[in-house]
Amino acid sequence: MTVAGEPGPAVLAAHGVSFAYGADPAVSAVDLTVAPGEFVALVGPNGSGKSTLLRLLLGLLTPDAGTVELLGHPPRELRERWRVGYVPQRRILDLDVPATVAEVVASGRTARRGWWRPPRHADRAAVEHALDAVAIADLRHRPVAALSGGQQQRVLIARALVAEPTVLVLDEPIAGVDRESQRLFRDSLVHLVEHHDTAVLLVSHELGAVADDLDRVVVLQRRVRFDGPPSALAATGVHLGVHADDLPRWLEDLQA
Amino acid sequence: MSTGLTGLTGLTGFAVLPLPWPFEREYMQLALAAGLVIGICAPLIGTFLVQQRLSLMGDGIGHLALAGIAAGLLLEVWPVWSAMVVAAVGALSIEWLRSRRRATSDLALALWFYGGIAAGVVLASRSTGGSGAILPYLFGSILTVDRSEVLLVVLLGLGIVVTVAAFGRTLFAIVIDEESARVAGLPVGAGNAVLAVLTAVTVVAAMQVVGVLLVAALMVLPVATSRNLARSFRGTLVGAAGIGAFAVVAGLAAARQWALAPGGSIVLVAAGTFAAVGVLGGRTGARRPVLVEAPAPGTAPRDGRDPHDDHEHEHDHDHPGPGSG
Repeated sequence: MTVAGEPGPAVLAAHGVSFAYGADPAVSAVDLTVAPGEFVALVGPNGSGKSTLLRLLLGLLTPDAGTVELLGHPPRELRERWRVGYVPQRRILDLDVPATVAEVVASGRTARRGWWRPPRHADRAAVEHALDAVAIADLRHRPVAALSGGQQQRVLIARALVAEPTVLVLDEPIAGVDRESQRLFRDSLVHLVEHHDTAVLLVSHELGAVADDLDRVVVLQRRVRFDGPPSALAATGVHLGVHADDLPRWLEDLQA
Repeated sequence: MSTGLTGLTGLTGFAVLPLPWPFEREYMQLALAAGLVIGICAPLIGTFLVQQRLSLMGDGIGHLALAGIAAGLLLEVWPVWSAMVVAAVGALSIEWLRSRRRATSDLALALWFYGGIAAGVVLASRSTGGSGAILPYLFGSILTVDRSEVLLVVLLGLGIVVTVAAFGRTLFAIVIDEESARVAGLPVGAGNAVLAVLTAVTVVAAMQVVGVLLVAALMVLPVATSRNLARSFRGTLVGAAGIGAFAVVAGLAAARQWALAPGGSIVLVAAGTFAAVGVLGGRTGARRPVLVEAPAPGTAPRDGRDPHDDHEHEHDHDHPGPGSG
């Protein structure tokens, strides 16, 4: 995790970013930065613009106003895109795929290796390391479709880790997974941040599993409502174990 | 059929092989060679299409190819070439509509499905042979293929296998999660375009084997069967190609024995294999064939899943879209 006073250049940055779907504004004038090795959570209620901001940061959407930088470059100009690891929401993926855990994880290495190159020893070693990092090495030959939700989530995280990214972006990674998987998930992220200096941006309703490990919390409701360390947020009287159903009330408390 | 490759006939070097019944005659060996290439290649492409939920892509492009054949007949050029051009352009346009979200996949396919067959009938009616000239392409005529046609199919098949070998890992990454592939910097647009063109090439190569009306069956049925038997994607690819090859051999044998239409026989063998795997799977406890769409992961427990999932709670979440996060 980052040391106070040594933030370093941002790996992810949004400067005055706004975006609207037609006439409906999704995010307005958002400023957000994530420094190398920083562990940041982006939280907010449904419709607050979290997923839109995440897609803007990843270059999947183009902002109407403002600028976005990925590893110091506009997303379209970043050549080593594999340095950005992405874990999408498990629920929006079709994981009824006839593929083993090892095949899915190895697919995350394709961009780094070069899509035209066959896997080499280093690629196979990276797959093994990623499987170990999220404790699914013993599942490597199992079909992904036969796994539990928590196990599938760890497969997606391993697929993002296998490219050894500089920054890892996770969209609702612990929604609907069991407590044991949440614990393993938390351990994996802490290991990445502490031992690999990987920056992590976590978009989630549920932060209970990682609340004690975060460097910063950003609360979004179309605009950034709060950006600071968890302790400062706690001083406002709200805590990070808040359930999604209570988020609107939580935001009202925050703004009061 | 007119070949347009008569100059290459001398290059084929095809000699009648001492094969047992029903492949002891030259015309059956030519049919077997062309059929095996298609029986292997069509499921290779189909495995990626099925995962992208584009199972009917081959059907849509087949109908477009029909318009290309009719255009070739009208313009008096070799119909296979005109079919190839129209099918490739049509496949790329379907992919363009899909990727730009200008139309849903099924709507884009339906547009070409009906437009293609209507254009084919109208254009053929203006050709010298009339509408009847397109009939061999509708249902295939594998027992009448000549050496140059087999050579063409083999060359197209080689191109398909080499391309899948080169792009296979990238296509796999794209078809299982297009958005993550895009974030990682993989050439998603180029990959989808390659898959679309490969589909068009396969359709055109296969139209003399099973006809444009049944070509999609060889892209889908062996894959559906293999998905229920294999545990890995590689296993699914190999298994689908093997089942496709089996369907060709058994279908041709049945056609010879009982004087059946060979294209339909091949497809019926593929369908029968799917059903047989279902029956045997039910008896042995293997995975049963699934024809209905599986529930989205996390929305319902699935066989073999962790019982924890039964109690998982799912929160509403913000999909990108109007008024949402």
